[in-house]
Amino acid sequence: MALALDGAPLQFDQLYKSFGIRGYELSDALLALKGKQVVMRGYMAPPLKPESHFFVLTGQPLALCPFCQSDADWPADIVVIYLRRAAALVGGGDPVAVSGRLDVGSWTDPETGFVSQIRIVDASFRRS
Amino acid sequence: MTLPAQAQTIYPLNRAEILAGAKFDLKVEFPGAPEQAAAKVTINGQDPAAVLGKSATFVPREDGGDYSAYWIRDANITKPGKYTIEASAGDRKASVIWEVYDTGAPKAKNVILFVGDGMSVAHRTAARILSKGMVEGRYGGELAMDDMPHMALVSTAGTDSIVTDSANSASSYTTGHKSCVNALGVYCARNKSTLDHPKVETISEIVKRMRGMSVGVVTNTEIEDATPASMVAHTRRRSDYNDIVKMFFDVQPDVMMGGGSPNFLPKSTAGSKRGDEDNYLSKFEAAGYKLATTKTELAAASGANKLLGLFNTGNVDGALDRFFLKKGTVDKFPDQPDLTDQVRASLDILSRNDKGFVLMVESGRIDKYSHSLDWERAVYDTIMLDNAVKIAKDFASARNDTLVIVVPDHAHPVAIIGGYDDNRPGQLLRDKLGVYNAAGFPNYPAPNADGYPDKVDVSRRIAFAFGAFPDYCDTGRPYLEGENVPAVAGASKETFVANEKYCTVPGAARRTGNLPFDAAQGVHSGDDVILTAMGPGAEQFRGRVDNIRVFRVMATALGLAPTQ
Repeated sequence: MALALDGAPLQFDQLYKSFGIRGYELSDALLALKGKQVVMRGYMAPPLKPESHFFVLTGQPLALCPFCQSDADWPADIVVIYLRRAAALVGGGDPVAVSGRLDVGSWTDPETGFVSQIRIVDASFRRS
Repeated sequence: MTLPAQAQTIYPLNRAEILAGAKFDLKVEFPGAPEQAAAKVTINGQDPAAVLGKSATFVPREDGGDYSAYWIRDANITKPGKYTIEASAGDRKASVIWEVYDTGAPKAKNVILFVGDGMSVAHRTAARILSKGMVEGRYGGELAMDDMPHMALVSTAGTDSIVTDSANSASSYTTGHKSCVNALGVYCARNKSTLDHPKVETISEIVKRMRGMSVGVVTNTEIEDATPASMVAHTRRRSDYNDIVKMFFDVQPDVMMGGGSPNFLPKSTAGSKRGDEDNYLSKFEAAGYKLATTKTELAAASGANKLLGLFNTGNVDGALDRFFLKKGTVDKFPDQPDLTDQVRASLDILSRNDKGFVLMVESGRIDKYSHSLDWERAVYDTIMLDNAVKIAKDFASARNDTLVIVVPDHAHPVAIIGGYDDNRPGQLLRDKLGVYNAAGFPNYPAPNADGYPDKVDVSRRIAFAFGAFPDYCDTGRPYLEGENVPAVAGASKETFVANEKYCTVPGAARRTGNLPFDAAQGVHSGDDVILTAMGPGAEQFRGRVDNIRVFRVMATALGLAPTQ
């Protein structure tokens, strides 16, 4: 299925202005795209379930699975993807392209308790 | 066939050595969940409540389990001697013997405990070769940690296995009780909550409560990581980072330094790893702590009475990255202090307390880099540890009131087996490996003033072998582009395969893992480790000792048992 991915391109190294001890600062470029349609390329972290409406997008393939191993840790710059419809997720470490509406700000997933700062919602993805 | 009835489990376990006056939780688990009337516990034949001066609680079917629990929390025994604890219910019974020990009068005012996390003999030997040089088999000098008058072989096993982890092993040093993998300051009982297991008091809590001493906890890992956490924590699960931050706040070590700031930040702050809105940076600052986030701020904070240094969101970068390769997170955190800076600042602050101090200093990435099969980074951090030890020795030598101990917490299966020489004929890694006299000596440049060769990618390199590994590609070379990631997640869940990015390096050898398929990294080993020590009390280290003896020697040197 050829899926059109529309939106402003957004890259992992554009997300944050700084990674400080007192917290991270979101970049101006990111904040300018808040609420707008974006496209991001990255890697799907090993998912919790084979089929879901939720996965974590990372800039580099993860060596470990933070969902599975308590001693593994998420990288600082992750983006949480909420799909428009639940879908079969690809294996961990596969490159994907995602498009959807950019959502920014602290939010706790009521189902999993997962806290995120940057999300793409109403999203669709394809292998890239 | 009927199985023999399962006996009760009594915590602290059999052969526990308990410092007179130190607090612990007595717990007895009765299998089969008997009623209180049927469950009996005695200490030396008497009611434990009378011996410990505290009343017991009885929890039938604790946590819904098929057992009942008898508890006396926050107990202590001040009279030294042998104590026999017996438990019985129906035809089931169990007994353990504890030794409650005296310490005599104080011999030392201060203790500095250096922990080289995972530091094995090969790390130490390689650090000596790189930082002192070797000519005709003779070293050009001594490591500070080697040049100490007392030495012992330390066994690191836990209550559940020969090979243990850094939580349990560090907890043995800081509480004097062995426990199980992943546990800090608790025995591993059947409680469901990780925070409810039977506790034993840590040396930080003891010296603050009994003696008003100061406490320092210094590391280059996240401050919540197992070894530093062992100074304050009571949890069955070392990954309870947010609880551990609270435990640091409850104990309030006067000096705390490391990485790991995200667990101090409220969850609404970007970069937080908390699940609540507690802001521990603000809490510590309100409690009088000076916050330092860089080497520059640390230098400016030496006048503070209480110091919280957080220098990285994760682990502080290792010496090889900070000083030479500029990889890891050095671009994000360009002004991180060295362990030597941290020790100097700690001694400045802690030595102002006339009642003395206990300082733990961990070089924690020796272990982490050994897990990732990245020996050069591990050895540069061994040299860094040695530089920090030198500062403590200089401090202690001028005073003769400070016990200095240098000890690993467990080993890694590592060994120096020869040398790789790029000029040897052939294409394969095995062609490049020389053993015995075919290896000769490596050609690392002479070390700089801090003991580090300024180049690790030389043509004749140490061949440093790992005895346990996942599938990976061995390049026989240092990882100049960043810490080695030997394996990555495989196609099937919880399996790991070689990280192919190293497999295309010329000469790389594909190694079939010898660890279980779910291992992504190297593992610890059960080998004994080497302790060296100096100062009053150090003479108690000799021969082979169990890891819990390190606590007992520190407690004895400080004379922590209440005077009879």
